[in-house]
Formats: sequence, C-alpha cells, structure tokens
Amino acid sequence: MLGLDKRDATLLIIVTLLTMFAPFILNPFPEGSAMAQFNAGYPDLMQRFVIFGIFAVGFNILFGLTGYLSFGHAAFLGVGSYSAVWMFKLLSMNVVPAIILAVIVSGLFALVIGYVSLRRSGIYFSILTLAFAQMSFALAYSVLTPITNGETGLQVYNDDPQYLMGPDSPTVTNLFGLEMRSTYTLDMGPWSFDFNAGYYMCALFMLAAVYLSIRIFRSPFGLMLKAVKSNQQRMNFTGLNTRPYTLAAFVISGMYAGLAGGLMASMDPLAGAERMQWTASGEVVLMTILGGAGTLIGPILGAGFIKYFENIFSKINDSVLHQWFAFMPDGLEDFMVFIIHPFIGKGWHLTLGILFMLVVIFLPGGLVEGGQRIAAWLRSKTPGAKDETTKSTEPAE
Amino acid sequence: MDAIILQILNGLDKGSAYALIALGLTLIFGTLGVVNFAHGALFMIGAFCAVTLNKILTLGYITIDETQKDFLGNPLKVENTYVETWFGPELGAAIIDWSVPLAILFAIPVMVAIGFIMERGLIKHFYNRPHADQILVTFGLAIVLQEIIKYFYGANPIPTGAPEVFRGSLDFGVLLGFDPNVIIYPYWRLVYFLFAAAIIGAVFAFLQFTTFGMVVRAGMADRETVGLLGINIDRRFTIMFGIAAAVAGLAGVMYAPINSPNYHMGMDFLVLSFVVVVVGGMGSLPGAVLAGFLLGILESFASMNEVKSLLPGIDQIIIYLVAIIILLTRPRGLMGRKGVMEE
Repeated sequence: MLGLDKRDATLLIIVTLLTMFAPFILNPFPEGSAMAQFNAGYPDLMQRFVIFGIFAVGFNILFGLTGYLSFGHAAFLGVGSYSAVWMFKLLSMNVVPAIILAVIVSGLFALVIGYVSLRRSGIYFSILTLAFAQMSFALAYSVLTPITNGETGLQVYNDDPQYLMGPDSPTVTNLFGLEMRSTYTLDMGPWSFDFNAGYYMCALFMLAAVYLSIRIFRSPFGLMLKAVKSNQQRMNFTGLNTRPYTLAAFVISGMYAGLAGGLMASMDPLAGAERMQWTASGEVVLMTILGGAGTLIGPILGAGFIKYFENIFSKINDSVLHQWFAFMPDGLEDFMVFIIHPFIGKGWHLTLGILFMLVVIFLPGGLVEGGQRIAAWLRSKTPGAKDETTKSTEPAE
Repeated sequence: MDAIILQILNGLDKGSAYALIALGLTLIFGTLGVVNFAHGALFMIGAFCAVTLNKILTLGYITIDETQKDFLGNPLKVENTYVETWFGPELGAAIIDWSVPLAILFAIPVMVAIGFIMERGLIKHFYNRPHADQILVTFGLAIVLQEIIKYFYGANPIPTGAPEVFRGSLDFGVLLGFDPNVIIYPYWRLVYFLFAAAIIGAVFAFLQFTTFGMVVRAGMADRETVGLLGINIDRRFTIMFGIAAAVAGLAGVMYAPINSPNYHMGMDFLVLSFVVVVVGGMGSLPGAVLAGFLLGILESFASMNEVKSLLPGIDQIIIYLVAIIILLTRPRGLMGRKGVMEE
C-alpha cells in the first residue's frame, strides 16, 4: 500500500488511527473525577504532541540515520516560526503561505549551515551546529531586532500591512476560513472530548511527515545514510562522496524543523528567540533518544512521552500527593510525599534528566528497545511461540 | 591606548574563567578520551560551595536585647552567628567576611569527591562507547546536577560578596602614567586573574615536574603501552578526573563574587568553554589556556562601542565566529597535536 511493505503499512495505519482518535484516547477519565488531571486531550497539548512529533521525526532522519548529532536544530524551528509570523504580518492570517514559507526558509538556512558544518564530523559537528544555533539566537535577540522584534517576540499587530486581508477575513489564524482554534466539544455522559481544527491539521501534516520518513528509511538514499553511520571512512575509500547525502539529510531534517516551527506559529501567531536556544535543541535530542533513535516510531513516542509528562508532572503538587498516599499511616505518608516532592511540579526536569541518563546507560535503543525486550521476554514465557515474529520497528544499527 | 589596556584587563577575568574550565575539559578529554558535557555543572557546583559555606558560617540564633528598642518600642531582636560567639566578634566577623576564599578549602575535597564518584560511577562505563553517547549521558547528568542545585537553592541568583578588602577598585591607569579614573579595575577581578594563573601554573607544574605527572603525560600519549608496563593508568586517570573537577570547582568558587551564582551558570559557561577547547585544540592543555584568554580578550574588544557601531552585534557572536573559522581552516585547533580528532 502506497509503496510500503506490509509491516510499514501496519505501522502507518496504527499511527493514523492513534492520531485521528487521539481526542478519545487521551481523555480516558471522566470530567470531574480524581483521575481527570491525567487527561491530556485538550487542544493545546495535543497540538504540541504532533508538532514536536514532526520535529523529532525530522531530527531522527539526521541523527538516527547518519549518526550526526546536531545540537542546533532548534535554530531551524525558530527560523520557521519567524517566517510564518512574517507571512501573517504581510499577507493574511491564512496558514498555507506561512507554512510554505517556513519550510522553504528553514530549508535554505539548513543548506547554508549544513554546507559548513558537515565538513567536520563527530564532536566537531555537534559543536559547529551548536555555535551556529547560539549565533542565530544571539543575533535574533540583539541586532536583528527589526526582523525578530528582539526580546518581545514577533507578533501580529493591527497596523501590519496584511495585503491579502479582505474586509471580512478572519483575524485569527485560519485555513481558508476554517479557524485553527475552533473546537467542537462532544459530551458523552461524564466524558467530554475536544475536536480541534488546528490539531487535525497538524496531525495530517505529521502523518505526511511520518510517511515521508518511512519512505526515506526504506529508500536507497536511506540505505546510503545508514552506511555513512556504520562506517563513513569505508564509504569514502570506495570512492563515494558522502557529503551530498549527508547534506540532503541535514536539509530535509531542517525542513521538518521549519515545518514544526511554522505549525507552532500557526497555532499561536507568536515567535520568540528562546525557541532557538540550545536548551531547546537539547530537548529534541532528548525526545529522539528517549523514544529510540534510528527507529521509525521512537521519536514520536519520545515527543509524546516528554510533552505528556512535562504537563502532568508539573501539575502534581503536594496536596495531590497527600491524597494519593492518604491510605498510609501519617508518618509514612509525610515521608513518601517528602521523598517524591523533588521530582514533581517544578522538579520535572530532574525526573527527565534522570530518566534520560538511565535510557542512555541501559537502553540505548530508547523506549522502542524497551518495548521489544518486554515483548521478547513475554514471548519466551509462552512456550511453543516462535522467536522470529514480526517486530513493528527495528533499530537502524 | 588606555581603551585598549582597559579592554585587555576586562577580558582577563572572563578569559581566566574560560581558561580554567577549558583546562579541566581538555584534561579529561586528553586523559580519558571522554567529552564531558557536565563540566559546566561542576563549575556551578563550585560556585555553590562558596554559597553553602557562606550560609553555614552565617548560621545563627536570635536573642532579645532588653536594653535596646526597635522603632515599635519592643525589645530589639539581635541576630548572633555561632561563628562570632565561638571565635569572638572580631575574628568571627573576619571569618564570615573571608568566606569566599575560605570556601576554596571547603570546595577542594567536595569537588574531588564528586569527580571520583562521577568517574567511577558513570563515566568509566562509557570509555568504549561512541562520543555521541558520552555527550548525551553527561548532558543528562548536567541537567540532573543543575536541577538538584535548583531544588536546594532556588532559581534566583544568590549574591555572595568578596572580602571587604577587595571590594574597591584599583586605579590601574595611574600605575602606568595615565590620568586617574581612566583605567579602573576591581580588585577582586585582579585577584581572580592571579588565582587562575596560579592554578594553571600549579596544574602544569604538577604534570611537568612530578613522577605522577610524567606517568599521566605518558598515558595521554599512549595509554596502552603505559598499561603494559605494569602501571595502573586507570587509577591515575581517575585522580586526574578528580583534579579536573577540582579546577572547575575552584574556578566557580572564586567566580561567585563576580557573578552571583545561579543554577544555570554552568550551562552558560559550558557552551563557551567547549568552543574554547575546540579553538585551542582538543586535548592540548596550553592550547586551552591560550584560547581561553584570547577569546576572553577578543570578546571584550568586540564589546567596545567603536567596534559595535562598525559591526553591530559582533560582541554577541565573535567567539562562535572565531570557532567556526578555526574549525574550518585548522580543525586541530591552535595548538592541537596533529592527527587528534581531525576528522
């Protein structure tokens, strides 16, 4: 189907179903119940899931396939956001030109940076990309203020030209009149599900991005990139110039980042320099590694995982903890709350850091490898089952 | 002329910090071959050692002085610190005043211990894994250390003062025959520079003139052969890791009065120190020191108004720009050995 073999088609169908029914899946607990705080089915968070999913899938095309660790990918996201907001300022609030320009500009930007950075590999590549990203961040903050609006961040003002704006065009971001923020709420008994136009547009983009990434993974081009990862020197010895391939991968992943940035600006027409800071680049690295670098589904899992727990963990506070441990004797209850307290609320990054270290140390394949190990373990427990059953994904080692 | 001298002086203290951190980074890379992204966090922990000692010294209790009244007419509450009670008011006050230099003594064992634990507990297992994995795990560690500090000390910078004697400024211009008040340089920055020079000198002397240092240098050149000669090179490298951590920590301790410590100062310095290491040459100790001072001074020159009006924004990006040019034209860095990570 669509040029995919059976396994990949199944994967794509699963991802499609999950994203399309996300409003149901992410809201399993009835409104008003004690568990409702674990619901993640509100539009803002769902949009972030898919947008960061796109970002991570793109990063994975570079890091997962070629092994080049870029520490400056957020720069492309930032550039994408800026170009999208400029389209809103100059043309109209329609998201189509914004997203197109975001992808093009970030692609060009990636071409320039990649052309220079890819002359080096290993740690030097990481530091070069880091240096470029920090440079863009510093410039966006200071000298480029006429373009980026400095610290305030770029946003749409009333006196912007907006040449394509008709008299009754919507004043919020829209897709040919369909407002991105419009939400249909379905109430079923105690449950309520939000269906948000912006989310579904981002989800369609993500499905296209995932499909493209599957095709790249399975193409001769993808095979070439994997060869670069396993032994670049040998590739060069056979007389092959690997740089065009790595550069292409870099530009593609830069365009993915730009698409994510454009979508981010389409959901909320704002762009700030802090989106380009190297900690933001670090975040996408975390997502990809946590989910499983070099796997198809890993980056999406990682992005969803981090964004979900970022939201949920920061919401839990001491009083919630006291409720949970209320069944324990008083002293023990206070003790448990005291132990867990540093890891929740504002301490979420501590949990993330520890988790990330554990994954890098024990599970270099990320969550996907963890899933595979559990699956293999379960299979070994049921006698008679064959070991060579299909796995949904496989690390590109 | 006076402006040039002023900028050189201004660059020295930042350059000292870069040089000290880069020295530790490159020491670790040269010995263990590990790229340590958590080194900035060690610098930050050093600065918080100064904060901690200051807090410990100013621990106190409150007594009510019946003879004095506050503005509401109630008996005045007087805060007493234990240190002043134990050592007498004068010596006690002096100890509190000198808490930052005293923190050096406190920081050395703490930092060496942290270095040992890090190396034995975590980094040891990453010798044979790719550089990307080393970067990732130390990056994770940096986040964890940073968040732990944030948990205990909060997110706001904590001002930590230098001793009273060093609070003023030196009129450096007068010494050179310029008019007064043209070149003014805070004493503490001078102290910081001298301190950094002393530490750098000590590390070099240690490597150059002791048997231990000789073995370490031999190990940096060819680890396997030294191991085959029956020397336990791993243990010596672990000790070097501890020393590198201590150097970063001391750089942090003394930096506390210049810039109030906050939990993300390590990350801010880390990126720049990496750039410094790369410019100087991966694994080259003199290169790291040279590049540290060079980039520090270059940065302060770029922030001169004359330069800024010519090339707006140059002060923000000069270091990165230099790094990019160096990496593309001379990838082994200013003083790197030929063939070390030239790819």
